[in-house]
Amino acid sequence: MRKKVLEVVDLKTHFSTRLGVTKAVDGVSFSVREAETLGLVGESGSGKSITCLSILGLVPPPAGRIVGGKILLNGEDLLSKSKKQMRKIRGRQISMMLQDPMTSLNPVFTIGDQVAAPIRLHQKYNRKTVRNKVLDMLRRVKIPTPEVRAKAYPHQMSGGMRQRIVGAMALSCEPQLLIADEPTTALDVTIQAQFLKLLEEIQKSSNLSMIVVTHDFGIVSKICDRVAVMYAGRIIEQAKIEDLFDNPKHPYTKALMNSLPEMDTRVKRLYSIEGQPPDLRNLPDGCSFAPRCSYTMEICRKEYPHESVVEDGHTTSCWLSGSQGEA
Amino acid sequence: MSEILLEAKNLVKHFPLTKGIIFAKQVGAVRAVDGINFHVNRNETFGLVGESGCGKTTTARLILLLETITSGSIEFEDQNITAFNKTVLKNYRASVQAVFQNPFGSLSPRMRVGDIIAEPLVVNKTVPKDEMKEKVAEALTVVGLSRDQANNYPHEFSGGQRQRIAIARALAQNPSLIILDEPVSALDVSIRAQIMNLLQDIQDQFGITYVLIAHDLAVVKHMSKRIGVMYLGKIVEVAESDELFKNPLHPYTRALYSAALPSRPGLHREEIVLPGEVPSPINPPSGCRFHPRCSEARPICAEQVPPLIDVGGGHEVACYLNKN
Repeated sequence: MRKKVLEVVDLKTHFSTRLGVTKAVDGVSFSVREAETLGLVGESGSGKSITCLSILGLVPPPAGRIVGGKILLNGEDLLSKSKKQMRKIRGRQISMMLQDPMTSLNPVFTIGDQVAAPIRLHQKYNRKTVRNKVLDMLRRVKIPTPEVRAKAYPHQMSGGMRQRIVGAMALSCEPQLLIADEPTTALDVTIQAQFLKLLEEIQKSSNLSMIVVTHDFGIVSKICDRVAVMYAGRIIEQAKIEDLFDNPKHPYTKALMNSLPEMDTRVKRLYSIEGQPPDLRNLPDGCSFAPRCSYTMEICRKEYPHESVVEDGHTTSCWLSGSQGEA
Repeated sequence: MSEILLEAKNLVKHFPLTKGIIFAKQVGAVRAVDGINFHVNRNETFGLVGESGCGKTTTARLILLLETITSGSIEFEDQNITAFNKTVLKNYRASVQAVFQNPFGSLSPRMRVGDIIAEPLVVNKTVPKDEMKEKVAEALTVVGLSRDQANNYPHEFSGGQRQRIAIARALAQNPSLIILDEPVSALDVSIRAQIMNLLQDIQDQFGITYVLIAHDLAVVKHMSKRIGVMYLGKIVEVAESDELFKNPLHPYTRALYSAALPSRPGLHREEIVLPGEVPSPINPPSGCRFHPRCSEARPICAEQVPPLIDVGGGHEVACYLNKN
């Protein structure tokens, strides 16, 4: 088995607000192996973005605080690192690609400058080497005529190209782990297909591990190896993608899959999940999905189900799952 | 009463590009919609799909008369909407309603929900004052909200509920046509199904016609009876929704279908990744607008614009490859 690049153990990130404590991430554990792609799926407010920001040490202070757990990168705990040490890791070992390429690029600097920034920061190269590295990166993300494009500004490029520039920036220091937060939501379908293909190619050629944050099961089934489904700050099910799609165990995962219209089959009426995602300041006792679940039992409202193993590499937190009693 | 509710004939919308301030002269035009023909039958959902910049939203705005038509016409119940006089226009505006993408932007944060729903009724004087409250309550119940919620402000509602309010506002006018411009794309995944089911129930109950605009193929396919595919200001293919994806005739439709993400892993479609990006509508390619990205382009494609031809069973396509 390949070695674990990142291991997150029982991570808790809370935000204290005037109205109480928001438990954005509340006991999340997962790991990412070398050259593996993990999909982090969930609705807005399920804690997937905050999990990623926690890994990078970018939880906005003073409201946000990591209150518990461990984040291990190659066995070293990132939470014990100083700010200065974290700055060396960000962009170098772990890098992040943000959702919206329109706002994550600086409009007053050229593309070349922006792709060069992380290289300059992390590696002491002379000008010429930096320039060659930048052109090389632009070529890797398939920007046509990189010499010309390096001098262009973000507004001169289309959405798809900008997204590829953001990709080039994130990959410029050859990180071990790339976190992509909703990498294609801002893109059109045919451009999305282009970009996902590019991402796959780059991953294959450079042994990169990835965490892809998304709400779209389509993206997951296209590029991920494993997937973790999040609901209200917790991972409720984790499995290899084939297992998750063939044999979803948690009622939320099942419901979510049934509620999506599919291209390849036709149903008269979609299954709809009643109600709304819970308020994170005021989570129900027991399982947070219990109020919307159609299989709720008495115990669901009292106690949060611990994680049980369905089969090798497939875990779920639900009282309905077999091994609950024994664990 | 004819079967066709709305028909666009050779519809064109160009946005002029000017140079100079005082002696501004037109130097070109953005050909947002460039001669499209389609019809929408009564009581059906007509879907318009395409990528950003293909003119689908402009088409919707033309139907709503939010933009002036450059040339061509839109006929509603066999009457040209641009020739309407003031009174008829008022009726038209009441019977054609819209639900927009972002329910955070389309509802005024300073008005109570009841007032938001009542506003178009007040403006059009369609409902007497003393019945107003009842009418608003009725609209709220239809969309699954409670009548007491009329006193709340939009910020007190979640995204899905706000979209319900926007639907209630459209419904209160008793419209015959509702334009749905990306009605679910701003919503959470678990809420989307609720709204799509609600829209279908409303259609069944009141016999309303929908024009649905979306970029998510699965959503359009699920909701629509017929679908029109747009590319750079032109309609390239129109067909019944099952037929369109079972038997896509235009190379662009095939590419769109192949780009749609699989709903399950291991489900493989023919992989067509289109080279390049959508060209600018200011200076669109000659002939068929898709030819620079098309793998099957022939010499004629660069020279002449292929007409939209019915190949049988209401399946229309604008491509020279299908000319027998």
